[in-house]
Amino acid sequence: MPLLFYTSSVIAILATIMVITRYHPIHALLYLVVSFLAVAMIFLSLGAPFVAVLEVILYAGAIIVLLIFVVMMLNLGTDTATQEKQWLQPKVWIGPSLLALVLLSEMVILLMQGDNADMQVTPVEIKQVSISLYKEYIIALELAGFLLMAGIVGAAHIGKHKKKHLHRFLQEENLDAENKKMKQVEETVNN
Amino acid sequence: MHQYLFLIPALPLAGFLLLSLGGRHLSRKIIAWIGVGSVSAAAIFTIILGLQFLQAPPPEGSYTQTLWQWMSTENFSCAINLRVDALSLVFLFIITFVGALIHIYSSAFMRHDRDYARFFASMNLFVCAMLLLVLADNLVLMYLGWEGVGLCSYLLIGFWYETPANCHAANKAFYVTRIGDTAMAIGLFLLFKELGTLNIPEILQQAPQHFTAASPNITLIALLLLAGGMGKSAQLPLQTWLPDAMAGPSPVSALIHAATMVTAGVYLIARMHVVFQLSPVAMDVTAIVGALTLFIAGCSALVQTDIKRILAYSTISQIGYMFLALGVGAWSAAIFHFFTHAFFKALLFLAAGAIIESLHHEHDIFKMGGLRKKMPLVFWTFLAGAAALAALPLISAGFFSKDQILWYAWSAGNGSPMLWFVALAGAFITAFYTTRLMIVVFWGEMKTHIGEYPGRAMTIPLVILAILSVIAGFIEWPHNMVHLTLFSDLVQKVLPATMLQDDLPEEIVFQIIAAATALFGVYTGYVFYQGNKALIEEWKQSSALMQIRNFLFKGWAFDQLYDALFVRPFKFLTRINKSDLFDKLYNGIALVSRRLNQLFSISQNGSLRWYIVGVLIGIIFILTLQLML
Amino acid sequence: MSFYNSQAVLIVAAILFVLGLIGVLTRKNIIFILISIEVMLNAAGLAFVAAGSRWGQPDGQVMFLFILAMAASEVSVGLALVMQTYHQHKTLDAEKLRALRD
Repeated sequence: MPLLFYTSSVIAILATIMVITRYHPIHALLYLVVSFLAVAMIFLSLGAPFVAVLEVILYAGAIIVLLIFVVMMLNLGTDTATQEKQWLQPKVWIGPSLLALVLLSEMVILLMQGDNADMQVTPVEIKQVSISLYKEYIIALELAGFLLMAGIVGAAHIGKHKKKHLHRFLQEENLDAENKKMKQVEETVNN
Repeated sequence: MHQYLFLIPALPLAGFLLLSLGGRHLSRKIIAWIGVGSVSAAAIFTIILGLQFLQAPPPEGSYTQTLWQWMSTENFSCAINLRVDALSLVFLFIITFVGALIHIYSSAFMRHDRDYARFFASMNLFVCAMLLLVLADNLVLMYLGWEGVGLCSYLLIGFWYETPANCHAANKAFYVTRIGDTAMAIGLFLLFKELGTLNIPEILQQAPQHFTAASPNITLIALLLLAGGMGKSAQLPLQTWLPDAMAGPSPVSALIHAATMVTAGVYLIARMHVVFQLSPVAMDVTAIVGALTLFIAGCSALVQTDIKRILAYSTISQIGYMFLALGVGAWSAAIFHFFTHAFFKALLFLAAGAIIESLHHEHDIFKMGGLRKKMPLVFWTFLAGAAALAALPLISAGFFSKDQILWYAWSAGNGSPMLWFVALAGAFITAFYTTRLMIVVFWGEMKTHIGEYPGRAMTIPLVILAILSVIAGFIEWPHNMVHLTLFSDLVQKVLPATMLQDDLPEEIVFQIIAAATALFGVYTGYVFYQGNKALIEEWKQSSALMQIRNFLFKGWAFDQLYDALFVRPFKFLTRINKSDLFDKLYNGIALVSRRLNQLFSISQNGSLRWYIVGVLIGIIFILTLQLML
Repeated sequence: MSFYNSQAVLIVAAILFVLGLIGVLTRKNIIFILISIEVMLNAAGLAFVAAGSRWGQPDGQVMFLFILAMAASEVSVGLALVMQTYHQHKTLDAEKLRALRD
């Protein structure tokens, strides 16, 4: 089992590095799928099969699909990739990486200071998780339901295409802009 | 009748309330009726009351009316009590009667002013405050009237408030009298501490038993009260406000100088005569202050060119006579001089106002001249007033009262030849500058065109006052001439009789000297300004004499002295204090917050990544702390 | 039945988290920022599950479920916002959306 864990860990880390360095969004998302699958393997090796399944279905499935849909809707293709290439000069990486490395080293040092027990993995049954979820965590579960509901409503509301409602201060500017547009149209028609 | 006593101050108060609250909606005619009517009604009430008082004097010597309890604590109670005795009656009469004449005069004098209602409201309040002052039966109520008088003088001197100089004059009057008022308040506190009461009859009764002769406290109290009187009555060294108070309209000057305000100090000292009698030092100080003031102010009046300033200095000088009389213990003589002075000084100011208005607001006497033929009525009335001021023997009211003071200055208990001599010199100077004023204004050639002649509402008060200026003295004759002492008989019900020294020269000698001095002053004035005009021109060449003249013109440079002694050091201190350490501290706090705000607002630049870096640095900081500890 | 060091799992989680953080910090494109955030959330979930396994308790997995729910709603609202942003501003550059600066 340790072999499974270490292999999938290495894959997860490598895939994640690929995710954050890709220029093309679709490539990044595909590497993200790999990363999630690797993490699912880690879950499995930790004796959490239910969570591993959820990871595959929800993360690698639903969320990634959602992102891909958006990428497709916004038509982010090679143009985006070239722009990303422009933005991501090597020097851009230096500062954030240094800061992140400092953070990582500190976290590692702190983890090393903690108790260094060897883990004895006993798989936790789905039944146990479900009982715990519907018993002790019932209120948190309800709240998670609220959250999802709010997410759905919010996404529907924000994503809706609606008429432009401008603040009354902006209306005049808008009118001016529209007048200009009209003039342009007239000019083109005349020409 | 005396149950209607409260009406006397209440009527002007009602007039004030009506005019100040509704004055904007009333026509000028109604305003004049209210303003003049309230004071005139008070005058009529006073005269009826006075007649009743003279016919059937009340057994205890005074009418008292209790209106209501003002305040009451464990060991102090104070009621709104009105009390009339012979002394207050004299003042009441002058205030309401002369006040009413001045009001009638101003209804015409102020007819073009746009703040007609405000003027009459302030005048009515002035009269009301002064009436409260003289009617008060305790010193607290009197102090209320006293401060009310100060407030109204401020309002009226600064009546034409658009000119900064007028506001400055009003402020000056307020500040300078405030010095005296503060001293008086301290005096009242001391009096209360000693006697436990501020009721005037109780004080007068208890003071002789409570204070041993010449105890330091009674001297202190008397001197503090005297300081209050000096502030209001413009006596040395607090006299500087009165010449500047000429900034107000002429009727206001008449009211301040004749009927109200400046006589408050005389009233206070006369009212508290028992306290003063207990302290010989205070009496001497009063007499010396009076003598010095009358001389100094007289000298200043000699060289003034503004007609109203001449009259103002003459007022200071005449009040100086009253203080001198009070100081030597000639109580009734002082009040008698107040009585006659009120008539002729009101007359002089009103006549001067008429002249000034006719000559397009010209104040300089050397630009007047030749008015004798053009304005005969004003000339004759002014002459009556001037004669009284110069104390021409036998034909003027001023002679009888001033002669009495001169006589007592030597002969009374506290009198001395020195005081007499100063007073005599003052009398000479008074006659001199009065003649100068008369000749320069009424003789010679016309220098300014006459615009508008005074109407009847202005001339009638002048005539009445002129008649009174001549005959008012006849009610009190010197002992050795006619046995008629109506005035002192009345006043001596309240004030003690004047004690005389032993083995004095004959009184008639003094009378002849005083009369001769007055006549000699008139003659000297005539010589200088009519007979031999070249002499003055000759003197003007001499620089030393001109310097003396300028010194006198500035009123002995008291203003400059006070400016150097008090005003400038005070301003210096305020400038130092303006940026003191504490201000720096609080300004520093504000500055630091503003700088920090500028610093931190740089960090709020709208960049998402920048914020995340901030969060990250925070986490690193916390973890580092965790590692270190 | 297997034995391995509990710290190793947490260090893997930390590495994943830091990688996500680097992504958030370097990228300008909002889509990539969202992807990086997903990585970070996933790393946090991994840490929870690891802790649950360490003690043999179901709580870690329950927490992962909650993180999952949160990630789902976050990504749905976030993507809706991305759509609107793109429609209104015609850009996905986070550096250009600076209306909240001082």
